[in-house]
Amino acid sequence: MAEARSEDLLQTPLYERHVAAGGRIVPFGGYALPVQYPTGIMAEHKWTRDQAGLFDVSHMGPSFLTLKDRSGDAEADHAAVAALVEPLICGDIAGLKPGQVRYTLLLNETGGALDDLMVARSPRFPGALYVVVNAGTKEADFELLAKAAGDKADFQRVDDNALLALQGPEAVGVLTAMVPGVVELGFMQFGAFQWEDEELIISRSGYTGEDGFELLCSAKNAARLWDAFLDDPRVKPIGLGARDSLRLEAGLPLYGHDLDETVSPIEADLGFAVSKRRREAADFPGAARILSEREGQLTRKRVGLIVQGAPAREGAEILDASGTAIGVVTSGGFAPSLGKAIALGFVSPDHTAIGTQLQVSVRGRAQPAEIVPTPFVPHRYFRKSV
Amino acid sequence: MTTKFTPDHEYIRVEGSTGTVGITSYAQEQLGDIVFVELPEVGKVLKKGDEAAVVESVKAASEIYAPVSGTVTAVNDALNGEPGMVNADPEAGGWMFKIEVSDAGELDKLLDADGYAELTL
Repeated sequence: MAEARSEDLLQTPLYERHVAAGGRIVPFGGYALPVQYPTGIMAEHKWTRDQAGLFDVSHMGPSFLTLKDRSGDAEADHAAVAALVEPLICGDIAGLKPGQVRYTLLLNETGGALDDLMVARSPRFPGALYVVVNAGTKEADFELLAKAAGDKADFQRVDDNALLALQGPEAVGVLTAMVPGVVELGFMQFGAFQWEDEELIISRSGYTGEDGFELLCSAKNAARLWDAFLDDPRVKPIGLGARDSLRLEAGLPLYGHDLDETVSPIEADLGFAVSKRRREAADFPGAARILSEREGQLTRKRVGLIVQGAPAREGAEILDASGTAIGVVTSGGFAPSLGKAIALGFVSPDHTAIGTQLQVSVRGRAQPAEIVPTPFVPHRYFRKSV
Repeated sequence: MTTKFTPDHEYIRVEGSTGTVGITSYAQEQLGDIVFVELPEVGKVLKKGDEAAVVESVKAASEIYAPVSGTVTAVNDALNGEPGMVNADPEAGGWMFKIEVSDAGELDKLLDADGYAELTL
């Protein structure tokens, strides 16, 4: 790994905490962040699946988009702010209920993904959206969002705050003890909650496949919140290494690896993120390509693989049973929960059936691999029946 | 019996003309949990610096280089079932392969324990 000089890297408001906890600091998305703490990736991964893991995700890009001239009609104001961002993405934002969070994709004109992101409708303020984008793409994303806001809305990036994620089966118990109101949230819902003198923006979401929360907190109170979580014996800090192995087991794509500007939502098996209303209107970037791919005109599709032997890493070729190259691994590693190697990759559409026996080329040797359903490890989100 | 070290964190423990190769405690600590070890084939002829084995952690693969030239005479098959031995006991149970040293002079150019300790301060 090319090490960026540490003085070139940004620090999150929790940097001192990571160093004090013995975190091994690496460059990631322009920030100095812990890849692991002394217990190691395997233990951190398993702790998150069994208890509650605490992640610093302050490198990501939270922001708010707020309509300037509000009519006083909540639905009309929401429709007006939704209309500003919908031309950039394939999700139905107009259709969000107050407090609802939606996973969607920012697309270029050819239907390729510029980023994957969360867009949420404020539960309290009509005409306000909460948008969280990825670290590596945030400058470009923010530029697009600011342009979309134009003179009709205020676009405010709030990535100088701290963003924490608390993930795992004990997350709800831990957080409820501090912020009782969060028990009202279902998966992909958010709201503002008071904790001591701090108003936290909390969403019930995350990228581990577990139930959990993501919390936006002011920089000045971030370390206090971090410490308060760690006072609970059910919580341990988790680094980027386990964050990656957890999301991989959950079958969730990582931008810059499983998604890039050539990959469409249909190719990435994210068809659910192309909302019905938007499909019917065909009014999103790259609609012609994406809709024809949805009808089956695909050249590649993202699949999950269980690999026998050594882990197949990003860039490893995927071969059919006869040894012909049919695709490439985009994320791969060892799955601590399963005790075997797994991978996400793209293959030609005639090789995507579950159970298809393929091979992956690792250091020039072909190893058996099989197409399996994703997630590799079942999601355990807390969905509220509506 | 002497043990020598490379700047890449391999050790070679030499008895007669045979060396036992693995990675140092410092190296296993840096790599984190080892989940897979790919060993060379017995009989393989290696030149000093050739890629001899690969250790995979959860996150990444790292090459293990031949500290000296020679022929592989044995490998630690136990690592196939228990790769974590490299973490738990790197300099004994976690050894990787034995090599018949073809040029004893190469051993002299490796680090001794003090030199290696200085490197990893």
